[in-house]
Amino acid sequence: MNELTASRPAIWLMIRPIAGPLLGLLLVLALFWFLEPDAFLSARNLRTVSVQTVIVGLGAIGMTFVIASGGIDLSIGSVIALSSVVAAAVAKAGYDPMLCAMAGVVTGATCGLINGLVIARLGVIPFIATLGMMGVARGVAKWLASEQKIDAPAGWLESIMSKAEEFRILGLPQAVWLTVLLAVVFGLVLRHTVLGAHTLAIGSNEDTARLCGVRVGRTKVWIYVLCGIFGGLAGVMTFGRLTVGDPTTAIGEELDVIAAVVIGGASLAGGEGRIAGSILGALLMAFLANGCNLTGVPNYVQEILIGVIIVAAVAVDRYRYHSMKM
Amino acid sequence: MAEVNGDTSLRLAMRGVRKAFGPVQALGGVDLEVCPGEVHALIGENGAGKSTLMKVLSGAHQADDGSMSLDGAIYSPSDPLDARSHGVAMIYQELTLAPHLSVLENIWLGREQCGLLGKMNRKAMRPAVEAALDRLEHPDIRPEKLVSELSTGARQLVEVARALVGEAKVLVMDEPTSSLSRKDTERLFAVVDRLRADGVSVIYISHFLEEVEEIADRFTVLRDGETAGSGVIGEVKLDRIIEMMVGRSLDEVFPQVPHERGEVVLRAQGVRGPHLLREASFELHAGEIFGVAGLVGAGRTELLRVLQGLAPVQGGTFDFVGKAGGAKSATGLLSEDRKEEGLALNLSLGENLTLGHLTPLLQGPWLSHVRRRAVTRQWVEELTVRCASPDQSIGDLSGGNQQKIAFARLLHAGVPVLLLDEPTRGVDVGSKVEIYRLMGKLAAQSKALFVVSSYLPELLGVCDRIAVMHRGVLGPARPVAECTEHGLLEEATRGVGENAAAPVSHTAFQRFQKEYHA
Repeated sequence: MNELTASRPAIWLMIRPIAGPLLGLLLVLALFWFLEPDAFLSARNLRTVSVQTVIVGLGAIGMTFVIASGGIDLSIGSVIALSSVVAAAVAKAGYDPMLCAMAGVVTGATCGLINGLVIARLGVIPFIATLGMMGVARGVAKWLASEQKIDAPAGWLESIMSKAEEFRILGLPQAVWLTVLLAVVFGLVLRHTVLGAHTLAIGSNEDTARLCGVRVGRTKVWIYVLCGIFGGLAGVMTFGRLTVGDPTTAIGEELDVIAAVVIGGASLAGGEGRIAGSILGALLMAFLANGCNLTGVPNYVQEILIGVIIVAAVAVDRYRYHSMKM
Repeated sequence: MAEVNGDTSLRLAMRGVRKAFGPVQALGGVDLEVCPGEVHALIGENGAGKSTLMKVLSGAHQADDGSMSLDGAIYSPSDPLDARSHGVAMIYQELTLAPHLSVLENIWLGREQCGLLGKMNRKAMRPAVEAALDRLEHPDIRPEKLVSELSTGARQLVEVARALVGEAKVLVMDEPTSSLSRKDTERLFAVVDRLRADGVSVIYISHFLEEVEEIADRFTVLRDGETAGSGVIGEVKLDRIIEMMVGRSLDEVFPQVPHERGEVVLRAQGVRGPHLLREASFELHAGEIFGVAGLVGAGRTELLRVLQGLAPVQGGTFDFVGKAGGAKSATGLLSEDRKEEGLALNLSLGENLTLGHLTPLLQGPWLSHVRRRAVTRQWVEELTVRCASPDQSIGDLSGGNQQKIAFARLLHAGVPVLLLDEPTRGVDVGSKVEIYRLMGKLAAQSKALFVVSSYLPELLGVCDRIAVMHRGVLGPARPVAECTEHGLLEEATRGVGENAAAPVSHTAFQRFQKEYHA
């Protein structure tokens, strides 16, 4: 490690903040590769896992902004469901898939806007504001769909989530590349734009940000809108994968998304968070689930493992933080 | 010291205590000796190591080196609970009471006497509490009263009662009067007197020297983590004690940088704000350092917040004119509370420094970290900030260096009007001198500086004009040559003209003296 820091400081500086989740992911990969050498790291299986990560991964991009700002968005699972229902309803009415996608994303953005306004203008704490939206969005989804699944042709939305050979780019489904692209772009946004700098500043110390002239309320609204947009996008992808709009989909998904972000090194106290870490966190959970399935480990073991990993990731982080301070 | 020790055995002896946090040597070999029935003042500037030393004493920190003995026996507490069982109790600056619990519950917190199934036995706990409260003689404090219903002063006494119930032999009070009214202070002093008569050793931490003179028997001065001197109160002159604290003669502290007053940049007419601020009218010029004196709670901070736009104006007007009139943001505020508001402690130096003005870092839509580092290095060099790199977390810096970064933020933003709230609070003497020199240099660059401070020598040392705020009303500004400490004090406690309150008692006057003699 020391030689590495000496010879390649730049690369180490880039990797260091995400070293935890990266190491965790490599451990999971090594473990299941050892247990299931043929099936686990096959191209087919990697495709499966990557497409399974798309939805949580997209949500995690938006959630990283929210958590880095010191907030939380519990509504993202419900927003995914609502957006998938809206996209399906638009598709059923015979509109173009592009319009379905837009409708889904706008739905998510609207939910995010309401979250942001309630938090920034009414001063309701994020936990409560988004807990409310979690119920409202889920209810509206069921209402729109008359408590049934909406069956509709998804057109190319289906194909971008498809693992079939004719739809792949460089061996992976198109949606995976879309997620990678968005992760890279928004990773840069968080680290290298004014919005990102303000997000981290608000999360680190809201009073300081206000003192420095940051428009705290407005920035928060944007952050929740962004998270809503990613929730909407994840909803559209859900519709693409299932080709139905299901108001009961993605129940509890918000916790997976939050777990991915936290495993990725973000602090719920705000001020810290990296998109790359969050994506690695999402991958770690997906590979763990997939590996458990392949090796025939029962579902409950998998749930226990995920629980332990979340707490361990944060505990290790705290330990590192304290050893640094002392 | 020898005469005191000659016939009395020591209650507490700390010898050669050292403590380092990472590379920072907080204590570099401190000696402290306290006798039974003595009030021993521990004096020093912020950051001198007083709190660290007391944390070592109370077991919150373990010393790296050195020895401690209590009543002749070796004493090395493993944690605060262990220290308490040895009879060493701390009363912290930040009160450690649970406001939702009663006085009795707070006093016994963590050591409750319980019956079957953990049922609290209030009856058994009550006599000890009443005995302790009797010694305090405070009418408001009853065992069943909720702590949230008590005044700050009364809460302080509840802390004392907690220590008394624990049969404290050594009681450490960390700046106990910093938020007390004069009446509560007197009451506290009476309690301290009684404790002394009962043979309790009190270690009294303060930087209000008059207060120390009033209450303490002996003193020890800490500077930069080392014992700078000790002696018997009354035998050593105050000036000598101050010199022990700052480590240099007093006239070296305020360097003068010549500067010239320019045009008016801010004109305020009858500004009224939330809470205390009732009326402020003044004209601030470019190239001028304008001081605002007054008691804590007179409305000075509110005035700064209104000018900065952080609090609403509720009456009157203020206008930025001249070169400040056209500026996008005319003012920058240096917060009095660096930790809570001034800085984002887990962000880097560079991020804190540039947060107020990110535009110069932009390349298209992207923020350039290269430029951020360059900008930060430039200010770090200019203000001689001691740090490892621009990417270092600002929480790792000393108070003085943190304050320089907070200053640099205003300079980076290039605002023509600087609003400085207690600019040298919690800053070591070396950095103080540098900050005073910087303020002079900024005035010479025709910035306008509006400085609020509770430290009168500082205002008299660096300002061109001084106005006093009294109960939310800002008095007329006077050239510093016409101001005296005594005059400013008088005005701060009584007001002037029609605002003048009834003549204050001698004790209120003394109280203010304590505040400024830091």
